[in-house]
Amino acid sequence: MAARTVIEVSDVRKRYRLGVIDRSLVTDELAAAFARLRGKPDPRGDIHAVGGDQRAGDQFWALRNVSFNVAQGEVLGLIGRNGAGKSTLLKLLSRITLPTAGRIRMKGRVSSLLEVGTGFHPELTGRENIYLNGAIMGMRRAEIDGLLDEIIAFSGIEHHIDTPIKRYSSGMKVRLGFAVAAHLDPDILVVDEVLAVGDAEFQRRCLGRMRSVADSGRTIIFVSHNMFSVQSLCTRAIWLDKGEVRADDSVVTVVRDYLNECSAQTNEQVWTDADAPGTDEVRLMAIRAISADAEGLFSTTAAITIELDLQNHAITDFDLNIQLIVHTDSDIVAFISDMTESIGTAIWPVGANVVRCTIPSDLLNDGGYRISVLFQRKGNRHFLVQDAISIDVQEGPRRGAWFQKWQGALRPALHWVR
Amino acid sequence: MDAENRSDWDVVIEPSKGWWRIDLRELWHYRDLLRLMVRRDLLAVYKQTILGPLWQVLQPLLTALVLAVVFGLLGRMAPADQPPLLFYLAAVVPWTFFANVIQRTSQTLVWNAALMSKVYFPRLVAPVATTLSTMVSFLLQLATFFVIALGYRVFSDLPWAPGSNLLALPLLILIMSVLAFGCGVLVASLTTRFRDLGFLVGFGMQLLMYASPVIFPLSLVPDGSLLRHVIELNPMTGVIEGFRAALLGTPIDLGLLPYSGTAALVMLIIGTLVFQRAQRTFADVV
Repeated sequence: MAARTVIEVSDVRKRYRLGVIDRSLVTDELAAAFARLRGKPDPRGDIHAVGGDQRAGDQFWALRNVSFNVAQGEVLGLIGRNGAGKSTLLKLLSRITLPTAGRIRMKGRVSSLLEVGTGFHPELTGRENIYLNGAIMGMRRAEIDGLLDEIIAFSGIEHHIDTPIKRYSSGMKVRLGFAVAAHLDPDILVVDEVLAVGDAEFQRRCLGRMRSVADSGRTIIFVSHNMFSVQSLCTRAIWLDKGEVRADDSVVTVVRDYLNECSAQTNEQVWTDADAPGTDEVRLMAIRAISADAEGLFSTTAAITIELDLQNHAITDFDLNIQLIVHTDSDIVAFISDMTESIGTAIWPVGANVVRCTIPSDLLNDGGYRISVLFQRKGNRHFLVQDAISIDVQEGPRRGAWFQKWQGALRPALHWVR
Repeated sequence: MDAENRSDWDVVIEPSKGWWRIDLRELWHYRDLLRLMVRRDLLAVYKQTILGPLWQVLQPLLTALVLAVVFGLLGRMAPADQPPLLFYLAAVVPWTFFANVIQRTSQTLVWNAALMSKVYFPRLVAPVATTLSTMVSFLLQLATFFVIALGYRVFSDLPWAPGSNLLALPLLILIMSVLAFGCGVLVASLTTRFRDLGFLVGFGMQLLMYASPVIFPLSLVPDGSLLRHVIELNPMTGVIEGFRAALLGTPIDLGLLPYSGTAALVMLIIGTLVFQRAQRTFADVV
C-alpha cells in the first residue's frame, strides 16, 4: 500500500516586489488613484511579468511552478543555493506568508521551527516563557502543564527557571527554546537550520531528536545548507534552483548532482590570445582548479590543485613571481601564496609554461573562495587578474560531531600534542 | 487526489482574495496564547518598577487632577454640584482606555513583527490581547474611581450618589471596547501601508479628546452650534456622557448611545476586515 500523502504542494508561485515594497506614502496612493482616473497606468503599478526570467521589472518571482507531494513518514530535505527560494517555501509551509498563486494542503498538526525560542520575552521568567513559547508554537496549556517538568529537565536549567530570561546567557535561552520545541508533538515538522546555533552537544541532541521524530512515522521537511546533515537525516531531497524545482529524487542522487554543479561552476577560465590578461612580456592563458577527489568534487578533505597556463613572450631573466590571493566569500583574504617562496627563481623558457600550486586537503573551510593571480616583476606589481576563478568547497566527511558551519576563513587540520 | 474531500486536509494554504476570512474556531483554539499575551503585556511593563501596577491607576488619576484644577477650578467648566475630581475622573478613565487601545493596537503589527515573521498564529490574537490587557488597567482604574467616590461620600459635603444609572455601565463598557478595538485594528492595518499614520495617531487622539466632552460637559456647548455637531459626531461623546451619568448619577441622555453603538459595530466590521486583509501580506512588507 502506498503511503498516505500528507503534504501536497501544487503549482505554487510567490512574487515579491523589488525596491519599493509597497506604496508606503499617502502621496503614492493618491498618484495611483489619479492615474487610474485618467486612464493611465499606475506609476508604481505592476509591470507585467515576462515569462522565463526570474526578474521582471520591479518584480521578483521567488518561487515558480513548484509542485511536489510528501508521503507520511518521509523526511524531505530542501537544498539549493542562497536565494533559490528555500526560505520562501519554508515561509509558505509555515503560513507566515501566502503564495501569489497555487495551493499547499497538509494533513495533521503542523509545527514549524524557523528559530528556537520564538516570542521569548526578556522580562518574563523561564517558566513563564515556556508557556508563552509553547502557546505561540500552538501547544495547549494543558499539554504544557503535563510536559513542564520534562521540558525543564531537558533544558538543564532547573536552577534558573524562575529567573527573568534577560539574565540568561544566549546558550541558556537556546536550550530553553529547544526544550520546548523538542516536546512539540506534530504530525508534520518543518525545520529551518535552527541547528545553526548552540554547541556541538546541543546540535547532536537536535539531530537525535529529529531522527527519533522521523523514526516514529512523522513527516519532516528539513532545510539546510549542510549536505552532510541533509544526507544523514533525509531520505529524499528537492533541489530548488532560481525558484524552480530542479531535481526531486533520493537524497543521494540529488545531493550528488547538486555538488557536481557547485563544483562545475567557475573553476576554470580559458582566454584566447586576443583577450588573455597580461602584458607583452607574459600572459595568463588559462587557470583551473582540479580536485584530487575521485569524483572531482571540491571538498574540505580533498587537495585542490590550481593550474596556470602561461605564455611567456619576452621574459628572459629570473625576475618573475606569481602570487595566488585567496579571498573568502565574505571578502577576507584567507591567505596569499608566493611562488618563489616555494620553488625559488628560475629562467622561464619562452613559449607555453604550466605552473601548479596545490592547496592541501584539510586546509580550506567549507564555503566559497575566490582566487586572484598577481604577477610580479622585479618585486613590483606587474598585473593582477582579479577573481580569476572561484571554487565552492563542500563539507567533506565530518570530523567529530559538529554538524554546522565551522567558523573561520580556513579550517586547517593542525597537529596537537599532549 | 481530486476525489478527496477538501475537509480531509487540515491546513490549506492558498492566495485569498476574498474579504471575509475570519476563522473563529481557530481563534478559539488559540485562546491560551491570547491569555498568555495579555499576561505578558501586564507583567512585562511593570517589572522592575517600584510602584508596579500602581502606575496603571496613578496616570489617569494625575491627569484627572490636572484637568480638575485647570479646567474645573480655574476654568469653572465643571458643574458646581459635582466634585471636580470625580467629574473629570469619570471621563478620563474611559477616554484613557479608548486612546490607549488605539495607540497600542496601532503598533501591534510592528511590535510583533519579529514574531510574525517566524511563526504562524491567527494575527487577530495580537490586537485582541492588547485590548484585553488595556481592559484590565481600565477595570483597576474604575475600581479606583469607586474608592475615591466612596471617600467623597464619607468625608465631603458634595456627596457622591449614583443611582440606578450604574446599571448602564456594562453596556457602556461594551460599546467602548468594541469601538476602540475596531478603530485600533483599522489604524493598525493602515499603518502597515502608510507609515505616516503612526506619527499622527498620538496627535490625533489628543485632538479627538478636545472634540469630546472629556474637558467640559456637553451641556456647556450651545445646542445646534457647529461645535456641538462636531462633538456629537465623535462616537465617544455618547460613551463619555454615559459614563458620567452612570458614575455620577446625573440624568442619562440616551439619545447619543444608539449612534455610538452603531458606530462601534461598523468600526468593528470594517476594522476587522481591513486587518484580515492587511495581515496576509504583512510578513512581506516589513
